[in-house]
Amino acid sequence: MESSAEQNIVNIEINDISLQVEPGQMLIEVADANGVAIPRFCYHKKLSTSANCRMCLVEVEKAPKMLPACATQVMNGMKVWTKSPKAIAAQKSVMEFLLINHPLDCPVCDQGGECDLQDIAMGYGGDQTRYQERRRIVKDKDYGALVSTEMSRCIHCTRCVRFGEEVGGIAEIGGTGRGDHMEIGTYVQKSLSSELSGNIIDLCPVGALLSKPFLYSARAWELQSYLSIAPHDAVGSNIKIQTRNGKIMRVVPADNEEVNESWISDRDRFSYLGANESRVTSPMVRNSSGNLVETNWQAALDTVIKSFTEIIATDGGSAVGAIASPSSSVEEFYLLQKFMRGLGSNNIDFRLQQQDFSAGAEQSAPKLELSLQEIETQNSIFIIGSDIQREQPLLSHRVRKATLAGAVVSTINPKTIEFNFAISTSVKTDKLTPALAGVAKELLSRGLGGDLNLEQLLTDGAVNIAVEAEHKEIADSLVNGENSMVLLGALAYRDQNQSRIYSLATAISKMSNSSLNIVTEGANALGGVLAGAVPYHSAGKVEVSECGVDVAEMISNPPKGVVLFGVEADKDLAGDDSAIDSLGSGFVVAITPFMDRLTYEHADVVLPLAGFGESSGTFVNAEGRWQSFSGAVKPLGEARPGWKILRVLGSSAELQGFELDSSEQVLNEVKALCDVTADKSEPEISNWSAPTDLGNIEAEMVKPIPLYEVDAVVRRSAPLQEQAKKLTGGVDDV
Amino acid sequence: MSMISDSARSDIENWVDKYPAEEKQSAVMAALRIVQDENSGSLTTELMNEVATLLEMPEIAVYEVATFYSMYELKLVGRHKICVCTNISCMLNNSKAVVDKLEDKLGVKLGETTADGEFTLKEVECLGACVNAPVVQVGENYYEHLNPAINPDKIDQLLAELRGES
Ligand code: SF4
Ligand code: FES
Ligand code: FES
Repeated sequence: MESSAEQNIVNIEINDISLQVEPGQMLIEVADANGVAIPRFCYHKKLSTSANCRMCLVEVEKAPKMLPACATQVMNGMKVWTKSPKAIAAQKSVMEFLLINHPLDCPVCDQGGECDLQDIAMGYGGDQTRYQERRRIVKDKDYGALVSTEMSRCIHCTRCVRFGEEVGGIAEIGGTGRGDHMEIGTYVQKSLSSELSGNIIDLCPVGALLSKPFLYSARAWELQSYLSIAPHDAVGSNIKIQTRNGKIMRVVPADNEEVNESWISDRDRFSYLGANESRVTSPMVRNSSGNLVETNWQAALDTVIKSFTEIIATDGGSAVGAIASPSSSVEEFYLLQKFMRGLGSNNIDFRLQQQDFSAGAEQSAPKLELSLQEIETQNSIFIIGSDIQREQPLLSHRVRKATLAGAVVSTINPKTIEFNFAISTSVKTDKLTPALAGVAKELLSRGLGGDLNLEQLLTDGAVNIAVEAEHKEIADSLVNGENSMVLLGALAYRDQNQSRIYSLATAISKMSNSSLNIVTEGANALGGVLAGAVPYHSAGKVEVSECGVDVAEMISNPPKGVVLFGVEADKDLAGDDSAIDSLGSGFVVAITPFMDRLTYEHADVVLPLAGFGESSGTFVNAEGRWQSFSGAVKPLGEARPGWKILRVLGSSAELQGFELDSSEQVLNEVKALCDVTADKSEPEISNWSAPTDLGNIEAEMVKPIPLYEVDAVVRRSAPLQEQAKKLTGGVDDV
Repeated sequence: MSMISDSARSDIENWVDKYPAEEKQSAVMAALRIVQDENSGSLTTELMNEVATLLEMPEIAVYEVATFYSMYELKLVGRHKICVCTNISCMLNNSKAVVDKLEDKLGVKLGETTADGEFTLKEVECLGACVNAPVVQVGENYYEHLNPAINPDKIDQLLAELRGES
């Protein structure tokens, strides 16, 4: 015994099997890890212990009463029985109590077939009730467009309550009343405002909280599950797309501790509802009277090749260009750039919201230096130009966890942005550069400048940089934090002065010995860079002899022939309508799942692209994690996966290297060119040197893109749009 | 516009001061009592929200407390709230007759308020005065030994006394 204590090991017995376990764990954790089934309702590995359902009672030697396994710590020499007559009697009694008020409406309950109460009642309950009195009825609540309620089914496990406080970061649900009158709800009518609210649907062990859009549409056992990756942010949340008869019925999270833990954002959960709105289901070409008419694939492809060949013959390869969605897959990015470069053009880009391209190849692959998990262990976090909670909900959750563990957070943001975690120093401003320069100057004045040569820029330059008290505080927290990180978000990325902001942030991170972490836009921006879908280098970052033009240049000076790949131009691109309309002046090939305004008015050829869940592919998340997924359903109508469309385009144009049979083959080709092990590399702001000026220091920060406006699929999801409307506080409309 | 008066506010501050600075919410019960007293004996959602802001706690957490304890009223109550104990000792000492008589005299059932807004009749659990059961509480006063079979006039006297106050 002595020695085992020294080794920090506890010896216990569960059901007469000896186990050596780590101290401090609860019995239920040990049982779970060793395959011993203990029934439970309130316990959840990701939530605090409440021990109020009492379903997990087990017999422990020398304990006079049964003990809840979820709230009993392992102790040396403990002997536990989970199936002894006493334990079984206790479990059976608890089950009987829980079923007193629970309606017997399983046949009409969506949870049927995946209900903890149903399963546990089967395993541990009696076969009839002794209860003669009236069952209680509880009024349903209106939680908004996403979560439906059937509150008479609630067993008061309080998982949804704890989720709100502990994960959602906003306590909206609680238990009001007492005893038989206790109800779970918000007390006053309100839509749930957490961007993670849908997770309570999965947490609820019974059918009290259900997916509103999915209601009464399928049974759990009819569904087939396909692992996939959520395409709306750079976290790369693991999801299961569940289908029936070739149709997507719902999306639920797939556990991945390293990425999204057990959660997904509402955006990832409910976006599928927009996947089939205003779809293009057949290839189309514009006829001589200016109307789009349906045609077959061959004719449509021939039209593309013919026009592009003509344009290139007269004006050269650089007269064509391509703009892709930042959420295209690696395979699509790769083949698209291969196609364009095969035609002799380096005009390819996906950085739709970027305005300042002056850094060029220097900041070639913006990414997180830390892993998502490492964010939790930071003690100082400096957020620059980011509505991180709405941009990357599950990255923000890691930041929140860090704050709960004591991290201090400082921000430079517009004043409209608020977070569900505590901020110690917040610089509220409309301009990023001056504030950032202030922090940098403060660090420099503390002699941390090393050989960075920042003096000319920050102290002797033409601009006088003011160092405010907040800037000093931020400098303090970064320098003092043992693990400190700088996080640049979408507002920094989209800033007119982006390159200087990135330079200053890099200088700050170097001087304060903090990690540099950058998130940009879309689901696969890093994949886009690695696959070469940028004007300045091809796949694997092989520099091109003559740099092509970026997306902003393509808008202001439209190429004669342009491919729009998965882009809803008038909503996805930065710039005003008329500028974007000018893109339509040339020959426009729209490869798109959706009919949108620019396509409708200006596209010369429309090629229907497979939509959400309809094709295989790979995303590289912000950490540099390559995650492949397969298609869950067949593409709608005549639509085809992007890699297939691009492969056929390539071979129709008689280009080399398009003899590819599968998306895996495409991926292997990209991987062979890229350093896929570069997972842990620093964001590449290679050959960093101090800028000589502060650029457009007066540049006003852009407005954040609202939570449910980020891409074409999300914008088409009616329940998400309805929820956005219902919430006044959650979404920023500056 | 705050609906809590300055004096109530400073009362609440006194309570807040009794607890550690980061445990402001410990004062929630006292705060609710203070604002309820000031608002003719009942709470409103707005008042509870103000308490939440004052004590830096989520609104729902205040609702939880206010709905849990029977001494907080979430609906308007009469000028006098008559709380009749029907718990075990009082029940054994004929609290049923107390209830019946009060219901009869006031013309309202338990949980209701008289039309003139004078009285609210309320059933409560043990008032901790079992030794003198049956018991009712009105405001800060206890009225004891009310069994009509033993003291037939006591309830009438009580009501007269309360009416007389107005
Ligand atoms: S609604 Fe569901 S999750 Fe919430 S307390 Fe009731 S049973 Fe538990
Ligand atoms: S799971 Fe242990 S008490 Fe609920
Ligand atoms: S039971 Fe009525 S006062 Fe105790």
